[in-house]
Amino acid sequence: MQPASETLAARRPGRLTRIAEPARRNFADRAWAALLTILGVTVFVVALFIVYALCKLSAGVLRHTGLAAFVLNSQWDVVRDVYGALPFIYGTLVTSVVALFIALPVSVGLALFLTEMSPPGVRSLISFPISLLAGIPSVVYGLWGLFVLVPVLRTKVEPFLAATLGFLPLFRGTPVGLGYLAAGMILAIMILPTITSISIEVLRTVPMSLREAALALGATRWEAIRMAVLPFARAGILGATILGLGRALGETMAVTMVIGNSPTISASLFAPGYSLPAVIANEFAEASGALQTGALAALGLILFAVTLLLNIAARLLVRISTRGPVRGAA
Amino acid sequence: MSTRLRKRRAINAAMTCLCALGLAVALVPLVSVLWLVLSRGIAALNLDFFTALPSPVGEPGGGVGNAIAGTLYIVGIACLIGVPLGVGAGVFLAERGNGRVGDVIRFTAEVLSGVPSIIVGIVAYGLVVLPMKRFSAIAGGVALAVLMIPTLARSTEELVRLVPGSLREASLALGVPEWRTSLRVILRTALGGIMTAALLAVARAAGETAPLLFTSLNNQYWNWRADQPTASLTVQIFNYAVSPYENWHDKAWAAALVLLLLVGGLSLAARVLTRQRSGARQ
Amino acid sequence: MTKTRVALLSTLALASAAFAADKMLITGAGATFPYPLYSKWFSDYNKLHPEVQINYQSIGSGGGIKQITEKTVDFGASDAPMTDEEMAKAPGIQHIPTVLGAVVVVYNVPGLEGLKLTPETISGIFLGKVSKWNDPAIARDNPGLKLPTANITVVHRSDGSGTTYVWTDYLSKVSPDWKAGPGTGKSVNWPVGLGGKGNEGVTGTVKQTEGAIGYVELAYANQNKLTPAIIKNRDGAWVKPTLESVSEAASKVEMPDDYRVSITNAAGKDAYPISSFTYILVYKDQPDPAKGQALLKFLWWAVHDGEKTAATLDYAPLPKSVVHKVEGTLKKMTVQGKAVLATSK
Repeated sequence: MQPASETLAARRPGRLTRIAEPARRNFADRAWAALLTILGVTVFVVALFIVYALCKLSAGVLRHTGLAAFVLNSQWDVVRDVYGALPFIYGTLVTSVVALFIALPVSVGLALFLTEMSPPGVRSLISFPISLLAGIPSVVYGLWGLFVLVPVLRTKVEPFLAATLGFLPLFRGTPVGLGYLAAGMILAIMILPTITSISIEVLRTVPMSLREAALALGATRWEAIRMAVLPFARAGILGATILGLGRALGETMAVTMVIGNSPTISASLFAPGYSLPAVIANEFAEASGALQTGALAALGLILFAVTLLLNIAARLLVRISTRGPVRGAA
Repeated sequence: MSTRLRKRRAINAAMTCLCALGLAVALVPLVSVLWLVLSRGIAALNLDFFTALPSPVGEPGGGVGNAIAGTLYIVGIACLIGVPLGVGAGVFLAERGNGRVGDVIRFTAEVLSGVPSIIVGIVAYGLVVLPMKRFSAIAGGVALAVLMIPTLARSTEELVRLVPGSLREASLALGVPEWRTSLRVILRTALGGIMTAALLAVARAAGETAPLLFTSLNNQYWNWRADQPTASLTVQIFNYAVSPYENWHDKAWAAALVLLLLVGGLSLAARVLTRQRSGARQ
Repeated sequence: MTKTRVALLSTLALASAAFAADKMLITGAGATFPYPLYSKWFSDYNKLHPEVQINYQSIGSGGGIKQITEKTVDFGASDAPMTDEEMAKAPGIQHIPTVLGAVVVVYNVPGLEGLKLTPETISGIFLGKVSKWNDPAIARDNPGLKLPTANITVVHRSDGSGTTYVWTDYLSKVSPDWKAGPGTGKSVNWPVGLGGKGNEGVTGTVKQTEGAIGYVELAYANQNKLTPAIIKNRDGAWVKPTLESVSEAASKVEMPDDYRVSITNAAGKDAYPISSFTYILVYKDQPDPAKGQALLKFLWWAVHDGEKTAATLDYAPLPKSVVHKVEGTLKKMTVQGKAVLATSK
C-alpha cells in the first residue's frame, strides 16, 4: 500500500493538502459520516421505539381506566379484567426503601473507610471484591436468596424481629421467609457496589486542602469527615444513592424469586408482596386479551418513567458534585 | 477539657469501627454467595454436566451443555448487533456529537441505559418474536444487544475523546482522509479500551435472565439455528431453582458456578487488558 | 486485511450454519400440570425417532394458550379448555386430550399424616377464613388428629395456570362464597397466600415452608414425597387421589366433539373430585408439512403408546372411548390441506 503522500504527489505534484482531492474525499468521508450518523440515530430510534411500544400497548387500558385510577387501584383481577398498579408500586417502593435503609449506611461507611480511614493499599485491594459483588448475575443472587437467606429469615431473623420489635406493624404476621424483607435485603446487597464505588469516586474529588484545614484546626478524623468532607460530597453521594435506587427498582429475577408473588398490600415486612418487574416477568408470557397485556405494559411504562427520571437526576447530581465545586476551591 | 477531648476521640474511634463494620457487612454476603456456589456447585459438577443435555424430570444425570452453548451463542449474536451499534454511536458522539443532534442522541443513550431489562425483553418479544412467529436466539440476541448499546456508546465516546487531538491532526496533515483517520488511527488507539468496555458489556449480558424469558425461551436440545428457541445458563438456573426437585437444586448451584466462571473470566480478561494497555503506554 | 477477511468469512460460515436445517425441532409450550409426563414422552419419542426433537417449555397453561394463538410455537398445552373468546382469537384450533390427572392438596406440617378435608374447609382455607391449623373446621374433618397451632400459609400460582383453572372450577362448584369472590379462571384474585411459578414453584414453596398448604398435580406431590390430603367428594365419601379414582371421575363423561369438558366434582362414590383432562392445542390444518406430519404422528403415538407410561407417573390414561374419538379427530386433521393419518398406523 502506497503512503497517501506519494499517491497525492503522483497525482497532483505540489498540492499536498487534502483540499486537492475534493471528490474522492467527499464520497468516502461522507459515507463514513453517514454511517456514523445512521448508527447514532439507530440508538435514538431504538429508544424511541421502546417508548412508543409501551405507550401503544398501554393506551387501551389507560384510556379505559384513566391513569390516576390505574395507579391508585389495588385490585389485580384477571378474571374480571380489573387492573390496578398500586400493589406493585407499593411492593417496588417498600423493597427499595428497605434496600436503601440497609445499603446506604453500609455503602457510605465502607466508602469512607476505604478513602479516609484505611491504609492506602486497602482501597485498591477491596475494590476488587466490591466489583465482584457487582458482577454476580441477578439469578445467582436469587438462587442464594431462595436457599440461604429465606430459610435464615424464616427460622432466625424474622422470629427474632417479631419477638423484639413486634409491637411495630412492620414486624407482625407469620414469618414465612419469602416477602418484602427478603427482597429488600437481596436488593441491598445488589445495590451496595453501585453506591460504594460512586461514593468512593465522589469522595476522592474532595480537595485535600479541606481535610487538611479541618485537621489543622484540631479536628479528629471523624470530625474532619463530618464537617469538611461529607458536606462537600453530599450531592454526589445523594446521586450515588439515587442511582442505586434506580437499579433496585428495575431488578427482576432476584426479587421475583424471594418476594412471594402476591399482589397484595401489607404493612408487615414479613408479608409476601409483588413488584413491577416481577409481575411483568410472571404474567407477560400468558397475558391474554388486550386489557391484561395493556395493563402489564402500563406497569412497564410506569417503571420505565420512574427509573428514567431517577437516572437523570442521579447523573446530574454526580456530575455537579465531581466537577462543579472544583472551580471554586483550591 | 481533657474529658471533652477524650469523648471526641472516643466518637472518632467508634465511627472508625462502624465504618470498618461496613466493610465486614459488605463482604459477608459476597463470601457466602461465592462459598456456597463453589461448594454446592462443585459437588454436582462432573464432565457430563458440561457436555450432556438436561435429563427429563425425575431421571438422574444430565447436564447443561446446551445451556452453556446457548448462552455463548445468544451473547455472540448480541455482540454482532450491539458492538457495532454501540461503538459506532460512541464514535459518532465523540466526532460529530457536539451539536443538537449529538445532545439528543446522548440523552437517548441515557434513556436506554435506564430501561429495566424485563422491558427490553417484552419489547423484543413484540419486535422480533411475534413477526418471526417463533422464539429464537436472534430475539434474545436483540434484547441483550439493546442492553449493551448504551454503556458501550458512553464508554466509546469517552475513550475516543481521550485520544489526543494531535494524533488526529498529524494524520490529517499527512493527507489521510477523515474516514480513514477515524478508523485506522483514532479507533486503533482507543481499541484496547473499547475491547475492555465490550468485554464488560458481554459479561453483563451473559448474566441476564429477564430479557431471555420471552425471547429465546429455552430448549432441551442443542441448537445452532438462530431462528429457534435456545437454552441459556441463566434461564436454566432459574428453572432449576424454582423447581421442587433436590437434584435440580444441585444442578442450579453447579450451573451458577459455571455462569460465575464465565462472567468472572470475561471481567478478568477486561481487567488484564486494561493493565496491559496502561503498561504499554508507560 | 487478512484478519478482516478471516473474520468476515467465519461470520458468513456461522451465519449459514445457523440457518441450515438438520434435525427437526418442534417447539411447544404450556401447562406444567402434565410436564413430568410430557418430558418423559418427548424423551422416549426422541429415542424412537432421533430426528424429531420436541422442545417443550412448561410456562403454564395461560402461556400455552397465548403462544399458540400467536403462533410462536408449534403446539400449546393447557389443562383449562380454551374459552369461546380465546378460540375466536385462534381460528382453527383443536383440543386433543392426552391424559388425565388430579389436582391434589399438599401440605407441610411436620408430623401430620393423613389429613382429611371437606370442600367447605378447603374453600375456607383458601378464602383466608380458616387461618390456623388447629381451626375447628379442620379439627372437625380430622377427629382424633393432633393439630398444631401454627398459622396456615396458603400457596397458589403466580402464573396463568390450567391447574388453577381446574382448582377454582372445583371451588366455584362447591362454595358459593368462592364463586362470588375470586371465581373461576387461570389467574384469579387470591384473597391470601404466596405465589409460586408453575406447579414446580408451588411444590417447591410448600416443601420449604412449614405450615404451608397448596394445590398441585399429583405427580409433583408423589415425586416430592408430599402426601396429598384426602378429600370428601360429592357423594360424601373420603377419596384419595389415585389412578383409579381419577379414572372413575372421567368414566361417565359425555365427551363433546371439541373435547372441552369439566370433570370436577364428578358424581360417583370412588370419584376423585378434582380431576381433569389435559390438552394439547394444535391447529386443525398444520402449516408446516414436515413438522405437521411429525406432530400428528407424535400425537397418535401419545394417545396409544404414551398412555402406557402414564400410569408410571400416576397420570390416568384416557378412557378407551375418548381414545377412539381422538383417533377420528387426528385422521381428519390436515397438513396444508391434505389429510395425513387417513391410512391408520
